[in-house]
Amino acid sequence: MSIQLTVNKKKMSLDIDPNTPLLWALRDHMSLKGTKFGCGIAQCGACTVWVNGEATRSCVLPISAVANADITTIEGLSDHGDHPVQVAWDELDVPQCGYCQAGQIMTAASLLKKKPNPSKTEIVDGMSGNICRCGTYHRIQEAVKLASELASKKKTKSTVKKSA
Amino acid sequence: MKSTRRSFIQKAALFSGAFCLGFDWFQANGKEVSMVQTTMDSGRFNAFLAIDPSGKIILYSPNPEIGQGIKTAFPVVVAEELDVDWKDVEVRQANLDTQNFERQLTGGSGALKHSWERLRKAGATARKMFVQAAAQTWNVDASTCKTSKGFVLGPKGQKASYGSLVAIASKLPVPTEVTYKNRKDYQIIGKRTKGVDNKNVVTGKSVFGLDIDKPGMLIAQIIRPPFGATLKSFDAADALKMPGIIDVVSFKNKVAIVGKSTWEVMKARGTVSCKYNPGDLESDSTHQKWFDEGMKTDKATVQRKDGDFAAALARSAKVVEATYECPFISHSPMEPMNFFADVRADGTVLLAGPTQVPQSAQKAVASLLKIDEKKVEVELSKMGGGFGRRLNNDFALDAAELSSIIKKPVKVMWTREDDMGGGIYRPAARYHFKAGLDASGNMIAFYLRGVGINAGNATRQDNFPVGAIENVLVESVNQVSAVSTGPWRAPITNFLGYAEQAFLDEVAEAGGKDPVQMRLDWLARAKSNPVGKITYEPDRFIEVIKQAAEKSNWKKKLGVHQGFSVYFSHLSYVAQVADARIVDGKAKITHVTAVTDCGEVVNLSGAENQIKGAIIDGMGHAMFAKLRFNEGVASPTNFNGYRLIKGNEIPTINAYFVDNGIEPTGLGEPALPPTGGSIANALYAATKKRLYKQPFEV
Repeated sequence: MSIQLTVNKKKMSLDIDPNTPLLWALRDHMSLKGTKFGCGIAQCGACTVWVNGEATRSCVLPISAVANADITTIEGLSDHGDHPVQVAWDELDVPQCGYCQAGQIMTAASLLKKKPNPSKTEIVDGMSGNICRCGTYHRIQEAVKLASELASKKKTKSTVKKSA
Repeated sequence: MKSTRRSFIQKAALFSGAFCLGFDWFQANGKEVSMVQTTMDSGRFNAFLAIDPSGKIILYSPNPEIGQGIKTAFPVVVAEELDVDWKDVEVRQANLDTQNFERQLTGGSGALKHSWERLRKAGATARKMFVQAAAQTWNVDASTCKTSKGFVLGPKGQKASYGSLVAIASKLPVPTEVTYKNRKDYQIIGKRTKGVDNKNVVTGKSVFGLDIDKPGMLIAQIIRPPFGATLKSFDAADALKMPGIIDVVSFKNKVAIVGKSTWEVMKARGTVSCKYNPGDLESDSTHQKWFDEGMKTDKATVQRKDGDFAAALARSAKVVEATYECPFISHSPMEPMNFFADVRADGTVLLAGPTQVPQSAQKAVASLLKIDEKKVEVELSKMGGGFGRRLNNDFALDAAELSSIIKKPVKVMWTREDDMGGGIYRPAARYHFKAGLDASGNMIAFYLRGVGINAGNATRQDNFPVGAIENVLVESVNQVSAVSTGPWRAPITNFLGYAEQAFLDEVAEAGGKDPVQMRLDWLARAKSNPVGKITYEPDRFIEVIKQAAEKSNWKKKLGVHQGFSVYFSHLSYVAQVADARIVDGKAKITHVTAVTDCGEVVNLSGAENQIKGAIIDGMGHAMFAKLRFNEGVASPTNFNGYRLIKGNEIPTINAYFVDNGIEPTGLGEPALPPTGGSIANALYAATKKRLYKQPFEV
């Protein structure tokens, strides 16, 4: 029986074992390899994607549980790699090895959707579920702050545009 | 800044219209760097630097990138001396190419030290050839021409891009002498350069080892035996009936489940049962017994002896003694081990994946399959961390052996449990120190015995304060184990640095000395009248210590308990002051000041990343990491039991660099060894409790 879902705005139909974790469905069956395998037990956050807009660990989530859901992965976060979080990550030169960063970015972008102007504590707490073995935590936290500033500037700009 | 000693045999060549320069590594002798024409096959350049007539500048970065930033730092040096605008440069990862590159590996924080001169020469030589080409075209003296951002500028306002000069420049003889830029004119070196892979990383486009996909590729996972055990039998009857499973095969006490997709392999693996012949299986108690025996044995290897330690200890007014111990730990890079191999019927092999030592992978696989090394091609992928784990090519050998058995291309992937339970750990070690102090509290005798399990020489016998102390004895004992070990970021010193720096804090306290002044006094002695051979430069040590004391307001902060440490490793010097505060009745590390002398800082952004990352790494592992052993099996094997430091557990860090313009030295590791010491000493200052074991119990 095939499972229908929307991934990065594209409708997909998959005929695979319904217990297949979303992570492996994305990587092995949809060629979306930006989402990473780190632990397989939802502990490290490398596999974070959005399910219906909520940051979710995809490594333990069976594909059957996301039938008809709307999935966003790092590849679909923005059309041109210009989401404020992506821009801030590059600007502050966050990545070292880079492996955990897709999960960090999806977590950060989700955090900012809920709290467009997070406090320092909200950033630290919101991001501390994602492990970075290289220890890029300082820049991750600074980049979330920068992304929130970039997003609010963008918003102001588009508001001005509209009113004009 | 003239380069005179080097003999450039060189030729530059015009290949498909592009100007390519490469090094003749095999004729390189120390700093004698030759340059020769580079090889090229079917349109792909294996050169270090290529500029085509359109002006496109491609710099090939040969060393494996594991997050240390080498893929950005190497081209920065070439681009600086070539005198081009960084935004015009395209950086590409070179695959293993033993004809054109030397030391194409990541380990020992040695890449920049090794290649600094070579990289500068590559850039400066090409720049000089473009200047000569322009001078010839304009019929002017080359000395009247300058370069700027990829253009040659003539005396009368002439201007020509490097691209427009490619055809002429590539036919010129390669100059034997080049002049390097004065560091005050640097446009890129020392500035903040963003990682060249950032854009791909933030959009999910980077291809790590696990992301490799090749035509016809199968997926495999391998069940490995407990350490010390051998495989007796396995039952894979159920697995073989499961969808997507191609085969289950056994080699070298391992059982490999091969299938079409990751999940199908994972599921089938759960149904495979293995029986083992136990052999001598080790547990924590075994290792404790070996430590005890190693401390007692009279068969230790003497690593260094200055003066007469025993006699000096006997006449000491005070003796300080302490024992430190660290467990085995896992490297746990975020990307678990994996590798692709295709052992083909025609006798050629393609290897692809994350390894810090691609040439070793090539050699090891050639030797395993009894074929010529030239038949083994190695593609480098981006790596999700390494920390030394990918120096051991066990994963590449497994993939190659499996591919040779099933006769198909296969990617072997390790689960986190395979990775953490599968060996090549940081060796466990126990250290015993003794210090004899005279009536004024000065250390006159110093003793260290290091007992390591599969650690080789667990000491670093020439480490400071050796060289400043009259009577020294350093001994090591190695206990051989079935548990596999290997280098872990800053091998040996990742723990020994902590033990030494924590012990010296005890020595300072017992002698009534300030830990900073005590070290400065010793260094003055090592400088004026060293005891035996010294491997460090006292002046560079002194400078980082003084700057760290000043920048941290050493012992002048109210309500803050500070701990000091300083370490020389991989030819770089790092001094640290950790600040601890009592928060909710508990001691907490809130800030670390680090002053580093790694010579010239090539990329300030990358350098800061390495310092902060190494401190967080050192702190996290000192505080939390431990593997236990029970009958040859390690635990825990995932992040729910094996705790890595998280973003809400880190101190603020200020990283400073000594600005001295000395040739650059390593930066991937040197900030880690002093970290355990600075934080342990700060926690002692806060709690009056010494920490003798990692992980700390605070």
